[in-house]
Amino acid sequence: MVETGRKIRVGLFATCLVDLFRPTVGFAAVKLLEDAGCVVEVPAQTCCGQPAFNSGDTNAARAIALQAIETFAPYDYVVAPSGSCAGMMAKHYPELFEHDPELRARAIAFSAKAFELVSFLVDVLGVTRVAARFPHSVAYHDSCSGLREMSVQAQPRALLETVEGLELRELSEADTCCGFGGAFAVKFGEISTAIVDRKTQDVAATGAPVLLAGDLGCLMNIAGRLKRQGSSVAVRHVAEVLAGMTEAPPIAEAPAGPKKG
Amino acid sequence: MSVHAHPTTPQFSANAHRAMGDGNLQEALARLRVGFSTRRAAAIADLPEFDALRDAARDIKIHTLAHLDLYIEAYEQRVKESGGHVHFARTAEEARRIVLDICAAHGAKTVAKGKSMISEEIALNDALIAAGVRPIETDLGEYIIQLRGEMPSHIIGPAVHLTKDQVEADFRRAHTHLPHDRDLTEPSAMLAEARAVLREKFIAADVGITGANFLIAETGTSVIVTNEGNGDLSQTLPKAHIVLASLEKITPTLEDAAQILRVLARSATGQEMSVYTTFATGPRRAGDPDGPQEYHVVLLDNGRSAMLGTEFEDMLRCIRCGACMNHCPVYHAVGGHAYGWVYPGPMGAVLTPSLIGVEKGGQLPNASTFCGKCEDVCPMRIPLPKMMRHWREREFERHMTARPQRAGLGVWAFFAKRPALYRLGTALAMRALAFTGRTTGRISKLPLAGGWTATRDFPAPQGRTFQSQWRDRTKAKAR
Ligand code: SF4
Repeated sequence: MVETGRKIRVGLFATCLVDLFRPTVGFAAVKLLEDAGCVVEVPAQTCCGQPAFNSGDTNAARAIALQAIETFAPYDYVVAPSGSCAGMMAKHYPELFEHDPELRARAIAFSAKAFELVSFLVDVLGVTRVAARFPHSVAYHDSCSGLREMSVQAQPRALLETVEGLELRELSEADTCCGFGGAFAVKFGEISTAIVDRKTQDVAATGAPVLLAGDLGCLMNIAGRLKRQGSSVAVRHVAEVLAGMTEAPPIAEAPAGPKKG
Repeated sequence: MSVHAHPTTPQFSANAHRAMGDGNLQEALARLRVGFSTRRAAAIADLPEFDALRDAARDIKIHTLAHLDLYIEAYEQRVKESGGHVHFARTAEEARRIVLDICAAHGAKTVAKGKSMISEEIALNDALIAAGVRPIETDLGEYIIQLRGEMPSHIIGPAVHLTKDQVEADFRRAHTHLPHDRDLTEPSAMLAEARAVLREKFIAADVGITGANFLIAETGTSVIVTNEGNGDLSQTLPKAHIVLASLEKITPTLEDAAQILRVLARSATGQEMSVYTTFATGPRRAGDPDGPQEYHVVLLDNGRSAMLGTEFEDMLRCIRCGACMNHCPVYHAVGGHAYGWVYPGPMGAVLTPSLIGVEKGGQLPNASTFCGKCEDVCPMRIPLPKMMRHWREREFERHMTARPQRAGLGVWAFFAKRPALYRLGTALAMRALAFTGRTTGRISKLPLAGGWTATRDFPAPQGRTFQSQWRDRTKAKAR
């Protein structure tokens, strides 16, 4: 489905949260990319620098960005299973070097090859269907950065439609923030909770037993609140479902716990 | 009200806590959240060229700000030619002084006021009262909060934080001359009552004070848009009309203002146009049926010219439509008063530190998830999250970032810049965390993350990091 000849080489940017908390998402991303004909590598990596950038520590953000630009230089594309980290690379790296024309040019070139996973599959690789089965109703939350910075909205829905047995139930406010916001969730925990409560109510109203999204930060926030409320809704990254890799327990659920999805 | 002089902005978190426990406020906010966004969405769906209009409106402001000195000069010239006066006020104090002097010159006992955020910004009512002049707010929302001794909680709906029942109770308390058993269940009955009460007072006012949405450089005209028509009366009935406006309200031509008006009401209330768009140019001329004998404009700077040429210049494009707060999840949760000063929501989070100092206003740009909805709906395409981030940069540079956050960030950045150490450190840490959450898959209490775990579980990591598992897989394949 991609141009003939040389295979596309993708450097997977796993993201800190996937690397540390949910490797399953990383393997799901690799599977989806390989199924679509890419050669996938995972060079040694750390973070995209967004926590520093959003905390006003521009120097640290620059150093980390340069490191990522260097690390992924050999690849045709950098793909992340997160709209937020992809947005950082694709939209904010150039801003970091506004006063340095040479580095800025490098950042711009880099940003042009940085993508969010699901939109990359659909928009760049032309994937139109996946070979997966998931016989459940699911609700899908649009994570803010993916939606507003990377225009991820139709692509995950289009691919979910092709998952055998899956029924998509739309949230009434799918595009409203879940209240995560990185450090915001800890520093302004009470406000963050008030915001995520709207989300969990919205999820409950759909009646879907599963909630999906494309960003682990949002998912950990929503799952953390749902579990504290005693909800049985299973929370997963959309890539797990698209790759048919749903053996691992859902986010914030026990390894040997009751099977859900 | 003391909050003008002593903003409670530094206590944002405490304010927010109180707001989230206020049942009436939460009821009002729930209504606002759905109402404003639904109406805006409908208005925009009806106008396919809305985005092109936004670009045009933005470009007008960019052009104007780039040549602001020239347009201010032209504006002043036109106002003079039409027989009016322009007073430049560098600070809130100067602006209050100018207004009080004009009131004194007319021996004013009462002034009728139209809605003006600049009046709030300079705490004009307190100053008028101290000088023995009675300010009468003629905008319904402003009138209600004046009765209650409150600040506006929203830039276009000063009383949106109140329920109908609260307002009814205020009216019964304030309007004791009216029959006790009157029926105020319908909002229209309350509006009629307020109108009747206010109209008597209009007639008695010696001076009228209004804000302005635009000051037209080409003609020296001030333009206000309202839905109540009270602005018209405030500016035509009294002997003197004072227009209070800040520098960035200057707009080159009437045509430009007409362009911006097309995005203003749609963004604000979802109307195509506000009900009243009123133009005022100079004092009454011979042959005019009505109008004031004197026409004054107080042009306020109060920190704005210092924003020109900085990363905060874009904020001066703001036309005070309120769309950013109407769509803000944080504003929806805490309402406007929590922000502690005149300007709430995302626009307040950017503007307040500029106007009262980042030492006092610094919490606001941090109290954002950066969801980006505000920028998405802003008719002037102001990059609000980016500017909040600029404030965070300044705070970080000046070591104002909260200490635990700064320390945590420092440790994290140290590892993030050193991939080998990062892999080792995180692999160990995740093993430990995974062990803690091994039976339930989640952790209910974490040191340093109490803000999270007070109300949410923290999902436990699956175990080994992705990178270490990946290396094993690659090695296995190579074998
Ligand atoms: S910042 Fe934009 S959306 Fe907010 S009030 Fe100003 S013009 Fe309206």
